Amino acid sequence: MKIWRHGLFGAVLAGGVWASLWQIVVTIALILTTGTGLTLQAGPAMLAGMAGGMIAILFRPVGRLLRHSAGIIVVALLIWGFTLGAPFDPDNLLQRWQSWTALAITATASWFSLSATIGEMLPVMQARYACEKFYLRLLWGLGLTMFVLIVSIPFYVMVMTSLTSQQSLLANPLDFSIDPSVGAAVLFRSYIELFTKYDFGTLLLNSAIVSVATVLITLIFSVPGAYAVAKLRFPGRKWLSGSVLLIYLIPAIILVIPLYAVFSQLGLRNSLLGLCIVYPATTIPVALYMLRGYFAGLPSELDDAGLMDGLSRLQIITRIAMPLSTPAIASVALYVFMIAWNEFLFAFMFLDDVKLFTLSRGIVSLNSSEVPRQHLMAGAVIATTPVLVLFLWFERFLVSGLTAGSVKG
Amino acid sequence: MTQPGRRREGALQRREKRLAYALLMPTFLLVLAVVLLPLVANFWISVKPVTLADLRPPTLILKEQVRGDFAAAGDNARLEYRYRNSSITYPLEAVVFNDTLPSGVVVTSLDPACDLEKAGAGIRCDLATLVAKGRGKIQIGITATKAFGGDKSSFKASRPTVRFSSYNVMTSFDFTLTNFERIFSAAEFWDVLKVSIYYTVFGTAGALLFGLFAAQIMQKTFPGRPVIRGLMLFPYVAPVIAVAFSWVVLFDPFSGAVNAMLMQMNIAEGPINFFGQRMVTIHIFGYGISLPMALTMVILFEIWRYFPLSFLFILARMQSIPSDIYEAAEIDGASPIQQFWFLSLPFIAGILAVLFLLRFIWTFNKFDDIFLLTGGNAGTRTLTVNVYEQAFAISNLGAGAAVAVVIFVLLLIFSVIFIRFSPKDAG
Repeated sequence: MKIWRHGLFGAVLAGGVWASLWQIVVTIALILTTGTGLTLQAGPAMLAGMAGGMIAILFRPVGRLLRHSAGIIVVALLIWGFTLGAPFDPDNLLQRWQSWTALAITATASWFSLSATIGEMLPVMQARYACEKFYLRLLWGLGLTMFVLIVSIPFYVMVMTSLTSQQSLLANPLDFSIDPSVGAAVLFRSYIELFTKYDFGTLLLNSAIVSVATVLITLIFSVPGAYAVAKLRFPGRKWLSGSVLLIYLIPAIILVIPLYAVFSQLGLRNSLLGLCIVYPATTIPVALYMLRGYFAGLPSELDDAGLMDGLSRLQIITRIAMPLSTPAIASVALYVFMIAWNEFLFAFMFLDDVKLFTLSRGIVSLNSSEVPRQHLMAGAVIATTPVLVLFLWFERFLVSGLTAGSVKG
Repeated sequence: MTQPGRRREGALQRREKRLAYALLMPTFLLVLAVVLLPLVANFWISVKPVTLADLRPPTLILKEQVRGDFAAAGDNARLEYRYRNSSITYPLEAVVFNDTLPSGVVVTSLDPACDLEKAGAGIRCDLATLVAKGRGKIQIGITATKAFGGDKSSFKASRPTVRFSSYNVMTSFDFTLTNFERIFSAAEFWDVLKVSIYYTVFGTAGALLFGLFAAQIMQKTFPGRPVIRGLMLFPYVAPVIAVAFSWVVLFDPFSGAVNAMLMQMNIAEGPINFFGQRMVTIHIFGYGISLPMALTMVILFEIWRYFPLSFLFILARMQSIPSDIYEAAEIDGASPIQQFWFLSLPFIAGILAVLFLLRFIWTFNKFDDIFLLTGGNAGTRTLTVNVYEQAFAISNLGAGAAVAVVIFVLLLIFSVIFIRFSPKDAG
């Protein structure tokens, strides 16, 4: 008898898994928001969840509202009971309302996860299809929770550390609670100091100049090039469209020594101009590749009509091909902007002068024992915000740009 | 009728060809200058004993000074030239300098190395060979006549012109294999290679598997899916510098939240230096298993940062699979795992292969992440970090370039293997 195929087994398993998981998540969240030392009681929560799972599959009241509210109350009572009336802090460190809110959240999240995982399953032996469906539902929920947590925690820590003073960080590294009563000047101290003492305004401007220049140069070079590869016939065209991406596989670290040597001799090394030469050279091949695909999709009849009307090829590019491929150009521009804004290696190697630092270069110099972590993280937030805002604003373009960017199809 | 037609087409074709080349020329030149020539130059540097100091070519530093009062007619003084070879390794050869004297200055005594020029207004000094770090001075006695303007600074108005020939290691034709001998004989080189391979293989495979898992999860529609899909791309979109330092802060042994959390929950006894400790021994059922700690952490970071890319591509591919084949499979009674194994997987096999290939090469080429997380310490030094270490930390550009050559050769080998074994219908 394969016990794991039984509905009851599945429900008990799901209940245990979900209740312990949410107990862990809520406890960690409580610790991080209140800064108190709580005890993790995943074991008792798991037993409570298992009991909850059994009840959930055996008793199914009709009516959604009744079912869910009854379920949440039962799970809450079970957790409360199994943890001996103190779900989070046996030492009474929390305020009463905090404990009750946390218990309510844990019970609600556990119940809905459990109920969605169980679905329509009955406490009988399951066929292979239903059994797989059940376990995949459990896996799906666990996976989703895991991904959301592992992606958001570093960003959460980044933002919260930037608002926490060095003393309180060292005193209690888990205390990410924000006290708004201290006033904006204290709360945003690191940001204010970065802009006043560390000249981050200049850094921001330098990064913006280099990134925008890189986007413009890349487009000026790659639009005509992509048009030529897509629409004109010439010997070497096939070879070119195949080999252009090979450039993209050459690592920057191989180029950095010769470029360092030559740019030092030419006086281009410690300058933004130097970066404005190197960045486009690394982005143009990708841009050309992305745009080529889009241009090739435009009907050639349009070009022919343009030629008939007496337009030159350059006019066809600017008046026909470019307006029709605005989405592609937008996604290339965003993609290139992102690469240039985030670039670290060349900025780190080339720039010595503090006045010329880009954000990436400037933030590395904050990584020292003399500068508080708060400032380092504030710098990270300042560098991240523009790209993330752009990304959220134009997500559709960027996603299509990324997918077209490096892999065909 | 056909004859002129064909000729016209030929002319058109020629024009089209010329236009295409003209449109591609700027791109070609830029890529040539910034990518292809440096690539060749890297090979050149790798067989030369170049250090960072050699980037400043040896030169003659020459300072001119008038010693003594020199204003009115009849004043006597000494005109002094102090010179120095700026290089500490190479001599300067055939060093000659010329200088013009202000009007109204008469030379009374000359240094044996110098001559008066025919017109009488200039001097020419031949210093012959100047050894490395060599220095000296030349003194010339001068008298002022009535024609002298009375201002000593008029000597500075004419800067001496200097000519010399020196040895430039960058452009000479002396080659050596010491760089390669040095990097291959270094005890840690094979460790570095091994770390590189571990990092690349596990980083690539991990990012691909997590991306595949994430794509399976996000294929299902549920409330809040667009928001979570955007969130999942954050690690890839954010600047490496920001996310790398966030990890460093998060896992800091003293002020990091993870260590505090582990100790709070009694999982760890003392602070763990996640990015600074080479090995860790984990006790499971009485068996001690040794794992590389810092290396595992940088691999986890690599997976965390790059799974979104695989996720995006795999999701895009899966959404292009026609849904009716799944409906047909449902009717035929195929279980969900069978559907994934026999329907989805064959559809995404091509993109998985291409992603593996590209991610493998990019992970192999990755420098920033490890450099920012550990600086290549605690057993995380990959070949790319070694390039930096040799060239800029030890200031031996030649050795750095030699490591870069090794990277390039390995990349070529990978590419050849991939091209041979890649599925023909990839993408």
